Amino acid sequence: MSETIISVENLSKQYRLGMVGSGTLREDLIGLWYKARGKEDPYLQLGETNDRSTKGSSDYVWAIKDVNFEVKQGEVLGIIGKNGAGKSTLLKLLSRVTAPTTGTIKAKGRIASLLEVGTGFHPELTGKENVYLNGAIMGMKKSEITRKMDEIIDFAGVERYIDTPVKRYSSGMYVRLAFAVAAHLEPEILIVDEVLAVGDAEFQKKAIGKMEDVSAGQGRTVLFVSHNMKAVSSMCTRTILMSKGTVAFNGNTDEAIDRYLGEESSGNDVHFNDVNPSENTSSILFNYAKITPPKNGVFKTTDKVPIEVSLSFTEPLAAFHVNMHVWTASEIHLFEVSTEAVPILKGDKKTFSFFIPEWTLNTNQYICKFNFVINRSKVVFSTSRILKFSIIEDVEENNLLWYGKKHGILNLKIGTTVS
Amino acid sequence: MISEEEKWSLVIEPREKWWNLRLNEIWSYRELVFIFVRRDIVAVYKQTILGPLWFFLAPIFTVIAYNFVFGSIAGMSTDGIPGPVFYLSGTTLWGYFSTCFTATSNTFTDNAAIFGKVYFPRMIAPIATVVSTLFKFGVQLLMFFFLIAYYMIFTDANIHITNWAWMFPVLVIMMGGLALGVGIILSAMTTKYRDLKNFIGFGVTLLMYVSPVIYPVSAVPDAYKWFIKYNPISPIIEAFRLGFTGVGTVSPIDLAYSGAFIVVILAIGMALFHRVERTFMDTV
Repeated sequence: MSETIISVENLSKQYRLGMVGSGTLREDLIGLWYKARGKEDPYLQLGETNDRSTKGSSDYVWAIKDVNFEVKQGEVLGIIGKNGAGKSTLLKLLSRVTAPTTGTIKAKGRIASLLEVGTGFHPELTGKENVYLNGAIMGMKKSEITRKMDEIIDFAGVERYIDTPVKRYSSGMYVRLAFAVAAHLEPEILIVDEVLAVGDAEFQKKAIGKMEDVSAGQGRTVLFVSHNMKAVSSMCTRTILMSKGTVAFNGNTDEAIDRYLGEESSGNDVHFNDVNPSENTSSILFNYAKITPPKNGVFKTTDKVPIEVSLSFTEPLAAFHVNMHVWTASEIHLFEVSTEAVPILKGDKKTFSFFIPEWTLNTNQYICKFNFVINRSKVVFSTSRILKFSIIEDVEENNLLWYGKKHGILNLKIGTTVS
Repeated sequence: MISEEEKWSLVIEPREKWWNLRLNEIWSYRELVFIFVRRDIVAVYKQTILGPLWFFLAPIFTVIAYNFVFGSIAGMSTDGIPGPVFYLSGTTLWGYFSTCFTATSNTFTDNAAIFGKVYFPRMIAPIATVVSTLFKFGVQLLMFFFLIAYYMIFTDANIHITNWAWMFPVLVIMMGGLALGVGIILSAMTTKYRDLKNFIGFGVTLLMYVSPVIYPVSAVPDAYKWFIKYNPISPIIEAFRLGFTGVGTVSPIDLAYSGAFIVVILAIGMALFHRVERTFMDTV
């Protein structure tokens, strides 16, 4: 299809933990003095050499290790992963803030990176002056910036403040202006780290639209790092999942997100035997929360999803119910539902069950959390998102109608007629 | 046929050849130098009441102090020209050197925030510093010229402008180049050896005493003259004095020696700087 625009080969970056070894001239001079007399450098044992063979020792840590991938022109590549998975290090290497320990990066064209809000903005300068400054830092010519100025100001929506020093800007205005400069710079490769989170919803939408436009419309390449799965899933044509400094998955965005969330959330069957959910509810003991999969192990769009929460009570309660919230993998809050409120006797053991009916949810991953409510009003405990389930396509049902994945969150049995 | 390697416009590798200074890249970012210069000048004086007036106050008080201590108390020679003219001629050019040198030697620490977020050739930062300091230097130079004019018109002091004055632009470039060269060497070294930073402050002061700033080369005893002569700053200051006051001890050979020295220092500095700039973010 299109040509490879970034090629990353065996890329690794090693950091030294702590400040072991020589950091002062004095120590190096003493080391030299010892060496000159044929003795061993007393400081060398502390690990002064950056010898890669010591990678096993605890002094060194590989922030990323043996990373290989390619990016084609016009792609929007998502990079996701937990904190510390190496995403930022990878971006730092790509944007040449620091050099790799091993491996190479090859790229075609200008790389503009937006690693942090208002990089290189000077607080005393006005918005306009900072646009010139920021543009020039990213390698733009002055004439180019002048030509784009109106467009940038318009996109950022800060026209009224453009001649005001940016120290008077709100953080939202800051990031708007910074993003506007980077996006209008027309780099062949645009690297965007989790910066859009600062802007409001309207601007985030605008920014995502701009990035899509930049990639699809102008054939430029975008590397997008985010923890916002919704943004990643709506924008990225392909996604890399980083885990512990390596590429854990590289491919389809939805699958990458599924794996990422799978890494994060726990399994389908969670037991909390005799664990008090919290101190002020010592009267409620959490036995387990589980989803019983069908015989073949996976839910299909045509299956009912049964969810169970089992609790034991050591104190009587007048009215108690469980409330469940369900999200999609991309963080869309789908619905909440409550059981009926029941009176509890001391020593009761109750199972609260939910059934999501067949023909409701489309293929996706879903996450559940639970609230325990007493007297129909007071939430005494909220679990984390402890349960997760996936729904896959029912091929037999689908085959007749549609060749390909059904879109949308819901998979409802909507009545249709043709007349 | 284009080979596979040539298609890439950017190749990032762990180690680069030390002679690959990416000078063409620095050149392509030349506009950034001027934007940085503008930033430095505008930002520093935007919210001060006196603004560039500070540029005058420092040298005025310095000259008064020197005139009193070295002229009146110690009775040191000023090569037969009035004390204020002599001291100001020395401190103006020296001030340019020391300001540039101190600022460029802090390149990495001062710019850590921006260097850590975005890439541009790091050399742009110290180059911009050397250029923007010219503004301050220019203001002080103006004061110096007024002082000369005053003494030439209203007194019969022995001041006359010689042909060496034509060398002035070259002298400024040499002074800037030397400050840049030494400054980036130290900036590269201070990223590793933090304790060098303590040295920079009094190092500059010491350097001033072995340069003909507060005394003329002609007043140095012959036994020590070689020492002053090997200092590449001496011919520059002496040539400046010879140009604008008519007294000074300098030959074209001295100046050529300074020039050669500066070229070597700059080359070493850029090589060292380039080695450090690629990974300094990991150590700062």
